[in-house]
Amino acid sequence: VSGRSFAGRARVLGDDINTDYLISSSRKKDSLDPDVLRHYLLEDLDPSFAASVQHGDIVVAGRNFGCGSAMEVAVTVLLGAGIGAVIVKSVSRTYWRNAINNGLLVIVADTSQIVEGDLLELRFSGAQPDLYVGASRSLRIECEPVSDFTLTMREAGGLVPYLRQHRKLA
Amino acid sequence: MSSSFFQDTLQAMPAPGKTMAEKLLSRAAGKDLRAGELAICEIDAAMGTDGSIPMALDYLQQMQPEGAALPGPSLVGRVYFAFDHYGPGSGARALGLQERARAYAKAHGVQRFEVGEGIGHQLMMELGLVLPGQLVAGADSHAVTYGALNAFGTGVGSSDLAGILQCNQLWLKVPGSLKIRLSGRLSGDASAKDVALSLSRRLGADGASYLAMEFDGPGVETLDMDDRMVLANMSVEMGAKAGIFPFDACTAAYLDGRALRDYEPVHADADAVYTGTLDVDLSVVTAQLALPHRVDRVVDLENAPETAVEMVYLGTCTGGRSKDFREALEVLRAGGGVAPGVRLIVTPASEAVRQELQAGGLLAEFEALGAEIQAPGCGACCGSCGSIPSDGTRVVSTANRNFKGRMGNREAQIFLASPRTCASAAVHGRLVDPRNGRAL
Repeated sequence: VSGRSFAGRARVLGDDINTDYLISSSRKKDSLDPDVLRHYLLEDLDPSFAASVQHGDIVVAGRNFGCGSAMEVAVTVLLGAGIGAVIVKSVSRTYWRNAINNGLLVIVADTSQIVEGDLLELRFSGAQPDLYVGASRSLRIECEPVSDFTLTMREAGGLVPYLRQHRKLA
Repeated sequence: MSSSFFQDTLQAMPAPGKTMAEKLLSRAAGKDLRAGELAICEIDAAMGTDGSIPMALDYLQQMQPEGAALPGPSLVGRVYFAFDHYGPGSGARALGLQERARAYAKAHGVQRFEVGEGIGHQLMMELGLVLPGQLVAGADSHAVTYGALNAFGTGVGSSDLAGILQCNQLWLKVPGSLKIRLSGRLSGDASAKDVALSLSRRLGADGASYLAMEFDGPGVETLDMDDRMVLANMSVEMGAKAGIFPFDACTAAYLDGRALRDYEPVHADADAVYTGTLDVDLSVVTAQLALPHRVDRVVDLENAPETAVEMVYLGTCTGGRSKDFREALEVLRAGGGVAPGVRLIVTPASEAVRQELQAGGLLAEFEALGAEIQAPGCGACCGSCGSIPSDGTRVVSTANRNFKGRMGNREAQIFLASPRTCASAAVHGRLVDPRNGRAL
């Protein structure tokens, strides 16, 4: 993570985006393949959303992102759609776990000034992400530092590579 | 002042007591833990469903060296697979995913709850597979239900379930605890579901985020085990990591004849530190209703908008136990049956619940009223099997979530309420306060 940066277009959602909104349970029963599921991303909230996603888009949301069901396809569907990161005011604990385990970057920050389509740039120095908004990077938004554990998991690539290498957590 | 002054003072002061969550996770991690600390915990039992196991098996395969076969579970005999999300109507693909989970269970001797036996959470409780003092993980968010039995029950995803299969370990941050201090006794037609909805109304959908909700106070002993399961179950709708009840005579009585092993309950210390305390007087709780499409968009039933109802759903891990059906049936009897044009769906949470209803003649009564009796399981709760509501249908349900599309159709509207309120809606074909029969 250290020293990395990436940029993307803000795709702004509201508060309490539950996992059923991210991907419907009734889609999950037919396929677990992110390449299939990405076509149904957020369909119950906005049926046109999935088709509008571009690789590298950054999902920006309010409070309690990923609440509800613990289903992990709600994380892999974003990865499958090419979403580079999620920036939220807060995130539900099951979603946070699943995101860390799959290497999806979740950044906590006050997202209220970000609007749909804003160009965002995330830069990291160590555990501290910096978020810049706008083509001229005129606005800098403070982000919560990423925990050591999150960094360890991210450096390993997620829980799967970690356990493939170490066999146990401790 | 020097830092050594603070260190000396700290050493002189006894450490404050612990919450139930701190004690439960300290035990599971084998070390002294406090809220905020991250620990690697050993699991006492784990449950996965056909909704989460197939993806877990993919992760488990990826955790193996190239070309290696899938290993059996690390903790033999304490992993349970529940085939509760998918049934005969779920389609060939869902049944294919379920079959993968079944094949793994057969190959590795994992105990499974077959289609129609019931909801995994309910079976874990009924069969004594969750015990006080334990850490039990479920690859399904409503694993928080286990907290009713003084255990730390928490929901995880498929990758964590794969990790548990691989090494029986789970990384967990010890949560702070929010004390829910209960006093009084439920009166009139109010039920545990109304308490859960009023908590959601007060706390909001993230009001207990990352926290353990610990129930306490003199009101606890007035709640039976079914009530406790409802409250523990719904704690996740406020974002909680666990919803934990103290151990008492009610817990012991429930486990008598069910528990297959010895157990060691935990009790919160009198000087435990909480993030906050919420007082709930059970005696003033009235019928509550969650409006579409939010669990925390809750109003008093008597202030609900005029609403016609086309479907009433009795079931799920929140509202599918015998007591729920008994209460609903009382209202249906008193009201003279189901209004024309209303579909009444009955989905017992388990086969044991179904048998109890059958033995008591309740199932026959529901049938005589025109109810559609469905096989025990998750049913239509998340739209993966059972009766999906049609476009425009307004559903009043004993379930736990009313997100748009939750029951498999985004054009339906879901209201959440107690079994009595649901039954009252079935009688009148619209939302009616069951206390006075007044149409709203």
